[in-house]
Amino acid sequence: MSVLLAFAAAFLFATGTWLLLQRRLSRILIGIGLIGHGSNILLLTSGGRGGDSPIIGSVPAVDFSDPLPQALALTSIVITFGVTAFLLALGYRSWRITHDDVVEDDVEDRFIARRSSTDQIVSDTEDAAREQAAEEDRL
Amino acid sequence: MNALIPLPVILPILGAALCVIAARSRMTQRVLSVSVLAANVVVSVILFVRVDDDGFGVTQAGGWRAPLGITLVVDRLAAVMLVVSSLMLLTVLVYAIGQRAEESRFAAFNPVYLVLAAGVSASFITGDLFNLFVAFEMMLVASYVLLTLGGRPGQVRSGMSYVVISLIASTFFITALALIYAATGTVNMAQLSERIPELPSGVQIGFSLLLILVFGIKAGVFPLFFWLPDSYPTAPGAITAVFAGLLTKVGVYAIIRSQTLLFPPDAQQGTLLLVIAGCTMVVGVLGALAQDDLRRMLSFHIVSHIGYMIFGLALFTIAGIAAAVFYVVHHIVVKTALFLVAGLVEHRAGSDRLSRVGGLVRSAPMIAVLFAFPALSIAGLPPFSGFVGKFGLVGAGIEADEWLIVAVSLLVSLLTMYVMGRIWSDVFWGEPEDPEVAKWIESPASRVPWLMTAATSALVVMSLLLMVFAGPLYNYAERTAADLLDPQSYVESVLGVGS
Repeated sequence: MSVLLAFAAAFLFATGTWLLLQRRLSRILIGIGLIGHGSNILLLTSGGRGGDSPIIGSVPAVDFSDPLPQALALTSIVITFGVTAFLLALGYRSWRITHDDVVEDDVEDRFIARRSSTDQIVSDTEDAAREQAAEEDRL
Repeated sequence: MNALIPLPVILPILGAALCVIAARSRMTQRVLSVSVLAANVVVSVILFVRVDDDGFGVTQAGGWRAPLGITLVVDRLAAVMLVVSSLMLLTVLVYAIGQRAEESRFAAFNPVYLVLAAGVSASFITGDLFNLFVAFEMMLVASYVLLTLGGRPGQVRSGMSYVVISLIASTFFITALALIYAATGTVNMAQLSERIPELPSGVQIGFSLLLILVFGIKAGVFPLFFWLPDSYPTAPGAITAVFAGLLTKVGVYAIIRSQTLLFPPDAQQGTLLLVIAGCTMVVGVLGALAQDDLRRMLSFHIVSHIGYMIFGLALFTIAGIAAAVFYVVHHIVVKTALFLVAGLVEHRAGSDRLSRVGGLVRSAPMIAVLFAFPALSIAGLPPFSGFVGKFGLVGAGIEADEWLIVAVSLLVSLLTMYVMGRIWSDVFWGEPEDPEVAKWIESPASRVPWLMTAATSALVVMSLLLMVFAGPLYNYAERTAADLLDPQSYVESVLGVGS
């Protein structure tokens, strides 16, 4: 059983990682969900062998399964669920703005990368402003 | 004293709930959140004073004994972080109220801000690794909402990458917790401190690296910092200041705590942390040099200074950790002040691009003064607090014969000076390079509300007080470092002597 769970966790981590590396938020989201499940399975297995339900008086205490990892997994499931819902809302907002859910490049980063030297800053921005003005004139 | 320990978490959570109920009236929300955060400051100061006398304050939530129940611990490190963070949260809230921007437009601002405050306090006082995860999540979920408040396209774009990166870090944290629990059968930090040294050394090193990875993402160290300069500047002005001042430092706190408490000396990653520290310093400051946007520049600059704190920790000597603790306190105050000033500049000039703004030293001399003090302090000029911190770090580095990192840190200080000089000459000297900015400065709409200036001034005064009281504070930092390097006393006060 434990081997099966270990393989399940490994499989979830692997597919989740692959999906995380995509550019679309919907795929990233599914990837995060899968990795989350993987880590929850890992949490469950960390309690050792399964046993009877840990209610005092029902069975001898040595037969109990460890309740703590289950409580931890439950907490982590709830948190992942909430954050996933937030990400979905963010993805929806992004879709409403751009009609797409691709995570875009950092605009400012590209702006900085285009400047080859500090001396060109002023002339570059001036050029850009001039081009824009010319374009507006044409329209 | 022990009854006071949970208050820095409980008060803001209660306040948040009441703020949700009072969503209709912004005035009630303001009174509630300001008084809750002010009460937090009082409680933190009391804890700070008491802990310095007694050494440790421990409380067991629900009365369950230590390894079973939820343990809350305030030691010297946690106490000083509580005081500084509660002061920052209060000042920035006052600033946000004065700004009349996001705070007055969104009913969600006040409650979410209080949840953030509760999360930050909870990360400092928890004595349980799983609760550290929960506290992180509380803080992060609040930060997601605050970062994207308003839903502008830029915010949504950077919000997505911020949330995804944080989620990945959280998943790593859960994975690390599962592995640690499987190996030791506990998540109580005091008990972990006893049981981890019994594990095979390879496993210990693995856990140590895994936790450095998890907290390194939050702290923004090289090479895990790429999300930080991208996401922080898009948040609303006042919020960026809290993120910049506090959130990364919570990550640094977690690195310091986990490395010193959980792992025995042979599993501590001194050399690795020194390399990380050096790279973080250099890359951060070079990134800052290239920027044109004031807040982005300062954000890159946070990364560079996280390197100094990691440098102090990586030495694992009393002098090094004391300097790191002092540096964290100094950096929280000064960096928050700088970001608040950046907000003032943006308000006054209508832009925070270095290539557009200019001449503020004549049109807004007050802002120039408020910028000058923290800027000189962060560049490490004597007699400011930044100098004291850097002097301590360099001294500790020389003592430990780590010449390379000392040289790197001095070089980065010079570059920091250059970054601050560039901001000064572009923003405050010369003439506005953009006619729109010149026109905006003349218009009455550019006048800065007095509450914003007052909050910023309060922070600048606080940073000057750090300089005046540097001596006692440094002694306190040394006592903190001595505590941290002797985890036995922490373990005994949580689990009881002889357990």
